[in-house]
Amino acid sequence: MLELYLFLIFMLVAGIIATEIKDLLAAVISLGAVGFSVAIIFILVQAPDLAIVQIVVEVLTIVIFVAVILRTTHIDETIKEKISGIQVLAVVLYGAFAVLFFIAMVRTLNNLPPFGHPIMKVANQYISLGLPRTGGANLVADVILDFRALDTLGEATVLFTSVIGVVALMRKIGRRQK
Amino acid sequence: MKGMSLIVKTITNIVIGFIFLYGLYIILHGHLTPGGGFAGGVIIAGVFVLKYLAYGSSKAGEKKSSIISSVFESVGALLFVGIALLGLLLTGVFFLNFIPRGTPLHLLSAGIIPLCNIAIGIKVGAGLFSIFLALAAFKYIMED
Amino acid sequence: MTIFVFCIALFLIGLYAIVTKRNLIKIVIGFALIEYSVNLLFALIGFRRGALAPIITKVHTTHNFVDPIPQALVLTAIVIALGTTAVMLAIALRIYERYKTFDISKIKRLKG
Repeated sequence: MLELYLFLIFMLVAGIIATEIKDLLAAVISLGAVGFSVAIIFILVQAPDLAIVQIVVEVLTIVIFVAVILRTTHIDETIKEKISGIQVLAVVLYGAFAVLFFIAMVRTLNNLPPFGHPIMKVANQYISLGLPRTGGANLVADVILDFRALDTLGEATVLFTSVIGVVALMRKIGRRQK
Repeated sequence: MKGMSLIVKTITNIVIGFIFLYGLYIILHGHLTPGGGFAGGVIIAGVFVLKYLAYGSSKAGEKKSSIISSVFESVGALLFVGIALLGLLLTGVFFLNFIPRGTPLHLLSAGIIPLCNIAIGIKVGAGLFSIFLALAAFKYIMED
Repeated sequence: MTIFVFCIALFLIGLYAIVTKRNLIKIVIGFALIEYSVNLLFALIGFRRGALAPIITKVHTTHNFVDPIPQALVLTAIVIALGTTAVMLAIALRIYERYKTFDISKIKRLKG
């Protein structure tokens, strides 16, 4: 399990770089590093379905980010400016919230089953009944397309809405002429 | 959108068919091996994104492909809802697996799951490709 | 338990970017980091030591699989994350077109 911790630490370092670096292109590349290390962690915790989806989605995310940045600007001008009072207030409030949130989450996660020993109450039903009921060998596909297919229908609706939103935001018709 | 150099175009020519084939394999074997409609759809969208980035495109071509991709996205969504409604009509339960299961661990098995995978693959691939066209293509270039 | 702390840390990094950064692209990056952290937490909760990926390869065998339900939930969430990120980027692009800046403290004036 050592490699799992190595990739988690790498992910955290890349995340800090992505938020703090001045060049936006470098920040997007660091975001890609976070995403690919998440994909490798998915492989290590025996989730190959998630790893495939994460890798290809990560590639498309970076392509879209880079396309947007190349059309605008790639320097973050806000970093070198003087820090205003309200920004200091935001950082202080964030720090207080972060400490409280961390303590609350640690206490919550202590009540979860320990890592590596999940409660398999519902999952055992799906595992033992998956092949006889649906005939599919990939249990994840059985869950998303047979047992919980309505959930997938809702997800398809969300994706459809986001595509409509992007196309409607970016179209030329209806803009004011100069 | 401008195209890239000759090296990129040649390599794209070689690999693009294999990537498309891999996407189809991921979709069609979604009920037997890791993968499924979501992963395969994103891979197929990636094939078209690669073709656009390497070869470039004209304004008319982009308009045509954005229309075609939105038609395909609607077709995928209607197929998915249609399979669900067919279950409602034939058996009275929404999304019921009404096709016989077949022999387990074979390509023709698992009832409606492969059909749903194909519908979702069409929908996700066309939807993500139209997002890419809207955000990166020449048609919507910014006016200064 | 200690492994879940990494997910909380990544969540807090993303929240830091959203709350304190003034660049719109950095804020979108913060949202993406939060999505990764939640997906990772789900996948880690479902892990079982010494178990296999939930894919049946032989019909009559004893099944020792990891939990497939968190994987099924996260699978759809990853694709939704891409959709929401694209919508946020489209809004950022339109704001840049109108105001010629990504700085949210300069996007104040009303412009018809």
